[in-house]
Amino acid sequence: MIHTAKRQKERLFIAAAAVPALVLGTAREAHAMHIMEGYLPGGFCIAWGVLCLPFFLAGYFSLKRTLEENRKTLILLAMSGAFIFVISSLKIPSVFGSCSHMTGTGLGAILFGPASVSLLGVIVLLFQALLLAHGGLTTLGANTFSMAVAGPFLAWGVYALCRKLGVKRRVSVFLGAALGDLCTYCVTSLQLSLAYPSEQGGVAASTLKFLAVFAPAQLPLAVIEGILTVVILIALESYAQPELAMIGYYKKEKAGRSV
Amino acid sequence: MKHKNARTVLLLLLLAVLIAALPLFLQKGASFGGTDDAGSQVVEEIQGKDYKPWFTPVLEQALGGELPGEVESLLFCVQTGIGVGVIAFLMGRLVERRKWMRRMEDAGSDKARQDREADHASD
Repeated sequence: MIHTAKRQKERLFIAAAAVPALVLGTAREAHAMHIMEGYLPGGFCIAWGVLCLPFFLAGYFSLKRTLEENRKTLILLAMSGAFIFVISSLKIPSVFGSCSHMTGTGLGAILFGPASVSLLGVIVLLFQALLLAHGGLTTLGANTFSMAVAGPFLAWGVYALCRKLGVKRRVSVFLGAALGDLCTYCVTSLQLSLAYPSEQGGVAASTLKFLAVFAPAQLPLAVIEGILTVVILIALESYAQPELAMIGYYKKEKAGRSV
Repeated sequence: MKHKNARTVLLLLLLAVLIAALPLFLQKGASFGGTDDAGSQVVEEIQGKDYKPWFTPVLEQALGGELPGEVESLLFCVQTGIGVGVIAFLMGRLVERRKWMRRMEDAGSDKARQDREADHASD
């Protein structure tokens, strides 16, 4: 009883945070991976930040519950966080003569659900914004939304859908992680173009211009990210079976885990 | 790790390295600049004028200029290092734990067999 009351309270809390997020989201059709410091107008910075709040809350409660249920799952959470740290620090050249880096958020999304990853992602983004002058504090909200909210949600969605359709687990993981990575950059393009619509063609034309910069570089990286996510999951499946069972990894295709 | 898994992992890692390394050979002489910087160029193109960011990174403000390239790569390495450290430490524990669990199971089943045999002997 106490448990359900607590859950209801959490839901209320998340819903309350979602209201301003929705209002802002619809009132301003504003949407942006790593956008550089000072490159988004103030209003957009705040809007994106607010939009991330409900996801932080949902993630916090979901993680707290998972950890309360079983403390031992912490090891998987630490792995997911560390994976993002490693993967997002690797700048990799692409066939089109530019460099970009991956996100690494797919693993956490598949294991813990997408909302939980928003918390892990924001740690990495803060690290990069403060120490590396990569991304930024003013654009933290927008970058969090693309890398730690939109990407993971798509990754998790694709994975869950593939499993439901009976696709093999490894293939599902690959597709989820790779498409989640791509989604992050698509959302970044959209976020930039909403702030900087073209004079001719507006947001759509502008989105295409930004996509033309990000997408070709990101395609091969998305494939690498998919591969690496599969590799670490094979390792975890081999050695961390008890913990994976605790977070419901093995029954997910039947029940479908909630956010 | 099972033999088949080990082979899959090796093949996948090899593939990842190939995808990452090939562009260097296919596009000789390309600068391989970051897409983040390319993004700012597009902003300027769309705006039709030089764009001045309205906020500079806090570290650059404190330093009064850009972070030196070598130091930036150092910090990126620190980030990778932290991540790899955590993963390696935890994986090490997990691998060792499975070894112990196996050993306990083996010991357990050995003991059960001995008990059975002892029962038979006393019959």
